[in-house]
Amino acid sequence: MMYKILIVDDEPNIVMSLEYAFKKKGFEVFIARDGSEVISIVENTVPDIILLDIMMPNIDGYQTLKLIKSKKSLEATKIAFLTAKNKASDIEKGLKLGADKYLIKPFSVKKIVSEILELLE
Amino acid sequence: MSNYVIIVIILTYLAVLFFIAFLAERKKKSKWVNNPYVYTLSLAVYCSAWTYYGSIGIAANTGIDFLPIYLGPVIAAPLWIIVLRKVIRISNQNKISSIADFISLRYGNNRFLGALVTVVCLFGTIPYISLQLKAVSETFEIMSDNTSYILTNTFHDSTFYVALILAIFATFFGTQNADASEKHTGIIATVAFESVLKLVFFLVIGIYITFYLFDGTTDIYNQIATIDNLKELTTLSGLEDGFNWLFMISLSFMAIFLLPRQFQVSVLENNREKYLKKAIWLFPLYLLVFNIFVIFIAWAGKITFGDDVNAEYYTLYLPLEQGNSFLATLVFLGGFSAVISMVVVSTLALSTMVSNNLIIPYGFLEKFIRSQTERNERYIKNIRRISIFSIIIIAYFFYISFSRELSLYSIGLISFTIIAQLAPSFFIGLFWNRGSSKGAIIGIILGFFITVYTLILPFTLAAYSGTDDFTQYGLYGIAALKPYALFGIDFLSPPAHAFFWSILFNLLAYLFFSLMFKGNYRERNYAEMFVDSRNFSALQDSALVWKGEAYVADIKTMLVRFLGEKKATRALKLFFTKYKLPVDTQLADARLINFSEKLLTGSIGSASAKILIDSVVKEEQISLTEVLRILEESKENIVSNKMLLEKSDELSQLSSKLKDANEELVNKDKQKDEFLDTVAHELKTPITGIRAATELLMDEEDDMPKEIKKQFLTNILQDSDRLGRLINNILDFEKLETGRLSLDMRSLDIQETIKKAVANTQHIAAKKGIKIQIKNVHHFEIKYDEDRILQVFTNLISNAIKFCEPESGNIEIDYKLGNEVLEIAVIDNGKGIPAEDIAYVFDKFYQSQHQNTIKPEGSGLGLAITKQIIEKHKGKIWADKTVKTGAKFVFTLPISYIV
Repeated sequence: MMYKILIVDDEPNIVMSLEYAFKKKGFEVFIARDGSEVISIVENTVPDIILLDIMMPNIDGYQTLKLIKSKKSLEATKIAFLTAKNKASDIEKGLKLGADKYLIKPFSVKKIVSEILELLE
Repeated sequence: MSNYVIIVIILTYLAVLFFIAFLAERKKKSKWVNNPYVYTLSLAVYCSAWTYYGSIGIAANTGIDFLPIYLGPVIAAPLWIIVLRKVIRISNQNKISSIADFISLRYGNNRFLGALVTVVCLFGTIPYISLQLKAVSETFEIMSDNTSYILTNTFHDSTFYVALILAIFATFFGTQNADASEKHTGIIATVAFESVLKLVFFLVIGIYITFYLFDGTTDIYNQIATIDNLKELTTLSGLEDGFNWLFMISLSFMAIFLLPRQFQVSVLENNREKYLKKAIWLFPLYLLVFNIFVIFIAWAGKITFGDDVNAEYYTLYLPLEQGNSFLATLVFLGGFSAVISMVVVSTLALSTMVSNNLIIPYGFLEKFIRSQTERNERYIKNIRRISIFSIIIIAYFFYISFSRELSLYSIGLISFTIIAQLAPSFFIGLFWNRGSSKGAIIGIILGFFITVYTLILPFTLAAYSGTDDFTQYGLYGIAALKPYALFGIDFLSPPAHAFFWSILFNLLAYLFFSLMFKGNYRERNYAEMFVDSRNFSALQDSALVWKGEAYVADIKTMLVRFLGEKKATRALKLFFTKYKLPVDTQLADARLINFSEKLLTGSIGSASAKILIDSVVKEEQISLTEVLRILEESKENIVSNKMLLEKSDELSQLSSKLKDANEELVNKDKQKDEFLDTVAHELKTPITGIRAATELLMDEEDDMPKEIKKQFLTNILQDSDRLGRLINNILDFEKLETGRLSLDMRSLDIQETIKKAVANTQHIAAKKGIKIQIKNVHHFEIKYDEDRILQVFTNLISNAIKFCEPESGNIEIDYKLGNEVLEIAVIDNGKGIPAEDIAYVFDKFYQSQHQNTIKPEGSGLGLAITKQIIEKHKGKIWADKTVKTGAKFVFTLPISYIV
């Protein structure tokens, strides 16, 4: 079967690499540049996993996570933060808000993909 | 009863009194002699033979006129809590030994005033003592069956011997200690004992007469109603009698405070202030009980004897008439008790005054200074002993000369009126600090002479000349100067009349001269202490106004002469310990002077003590200006206190500023953390891009299409540039922030620089379809660092490009000459700056605080760097708030740089 992944990040260069890597593994990839774009995407699609940056314009990663959590249709969707914020307090905060994984930038693409697959299976 | 039996009874009774006094002296500290009841009973020394016998005489002849003499004290008693407590406190602190001492100290330790008060007290007390002797003598006569006992020869007159016995008793117990301010526990104990006796015996005879001889009070009333003009005796008739009553009440009100014997028992012999609380109700009660039977005894006597015998002695005649000599003896002993306590306490008080305020300061002082301790003490005691004897002997001769013709009652009133002359200076002086010694002296003298003229002169002249022309026609026949009707006031009784005029003139003189002449510094110092007695000890110890020089050694020599080596050394040691002064202090200070004066006051009175101390102290006269200066100094203290307060206010302001600064620092720290976080994030982002793209490109297994490969490589390039730019910005910012950047100032054309800046950014703008225009075409040559100003333009233009809509975006650059500055503006038609952000746009932390607006291209440092550069050029930069659409950034460069 084909996993659906939603990548939420405002850095196009990073998104491009991730998009390429996940598509290669057979994922259906959706892209949002911030929280507001996430809303319109999840109206029609229920992703299996959402990869979420934190430092974004308008609606940041934390607020986006809250929005996702409030959506009934997204109950089964896994959520992973992917962010440059790597302080212990940041990680704790992210996991407390209900994220399933906390991944840190810069990253190894291969490792990210395998972590996500592991989370999904 | 034989004379000898009576003498034996008297001697036996005196022996009992001696024994009680002796016992009390031995057990000075015992509760038996130190309690409020003994204190209250000692106050009953007020009830002398006058009360015991005299009241009945008045009651029989003029009805209830005997009452005002007791109403005054009853009214005064509640006031003791205020007035007497204050007097007691002041007296204790100053070792006051008499009322003369008290008044003279109040008016600056005035020697003359002390002597004057003593003289007034002598004149007031001697007739009073003679009254007592008269009572003893006459009761003796009644008791004795030898009717012709009064012999022409003094030495055969038993009254004389009675007087001598009294003198011996008073001398023995009154002069135990040279320090007159010491308590006389023995005498007080006997006085209290006698007060019980006289009350009990008086009540016994009252009950005997009323219920044994008669059938109760109603019976007496009914009988007297039939034979006498009762109404006249029991009611006040009109306004005139009202005035008489008023003045009599005032007179006795004053007497209860001012009589030397009352001052002695109520103030000097008071052990504890709290005794007053009991005394204020118990003493009036005592007076009340004492007076219950007075009117009935008087009526009973009148019914029985008519006017045949002296009404004053009904209490003796009535039982003797019934042959009850036992009861008569009891009555006699009660009267004798009243006499002896009055005489002993009065002579004790007077002798202290005579020695401390009259003889020592005016005669013996010189001698004292030169002689030895033991001799001095002996001298002082001897002066007192001689005084006691002399006073009693003088009173005896007064009795011989005048008192036989006068009633007990009228003699008592003479005494009261004379003593009342002390009232203005005593009472007003306690509460009014302006009262001065001049006012006191003149008032007392004036009042005294008026009393002598209106009260004493008439009967003495009558006694010598045998006519009453003086009373009838006045001095030189002038009607207005009639002694009993001065200035036509003829409706008052002689004592009330004398009291009215003497007190009126005394009071007016006191007030007038006090207001006219201020006392000197010393006097006002004491006045302040008396009036404000609560701060008294503080004032006394600090002795604000004293300036002089004395050696401790001299003071000590003086003290040793009067107190003895042991006492003086101990006192000085205590003093030095109390004030933590070194024992070898050479110069005496104000406190030591005061202390020594107080020490000596007990032995020789305050006036003498002052003179003595003055003799070793070179005291400079302190002028009024100096007093004012001293007061000024204390005012300065207040001012400096105010300054301290202000200083502490400043300090607290400073500390709050420090707190703010600290908060700012903490805040800055937080901001710095956030800034570093942001920087790290900004650095990590391109690195993440580079790393991810590189990883994908390196995967040899992957067959990546060529276009994607190229895109990834372009991304890597872009991210590398971004990284480089970021690092440069951070470095620039750091350099600017720490001031390590030096400008390369050259004279250049601003037009050219702007053109260069536009050229640098043209390609980005063109990509978005945004136009850039330079509005001003003039050339301005000013001095600036071109690289830095280019950076400013690049920053502002790229910002504008960022916020402009693609295709429709328009950017204008304009400049004009302002007030000594070149004003340059970069204007766009983009979305503008939110009002709430406008204050923060130049903040280097603007991005971290508003990170949601971060754009991938920004470093968050652009505007902060821009601001630093402009400020380095001594210019200003701001965002124009007035523009309605888009953003307008304006900066200035000083035209002093124009070449």
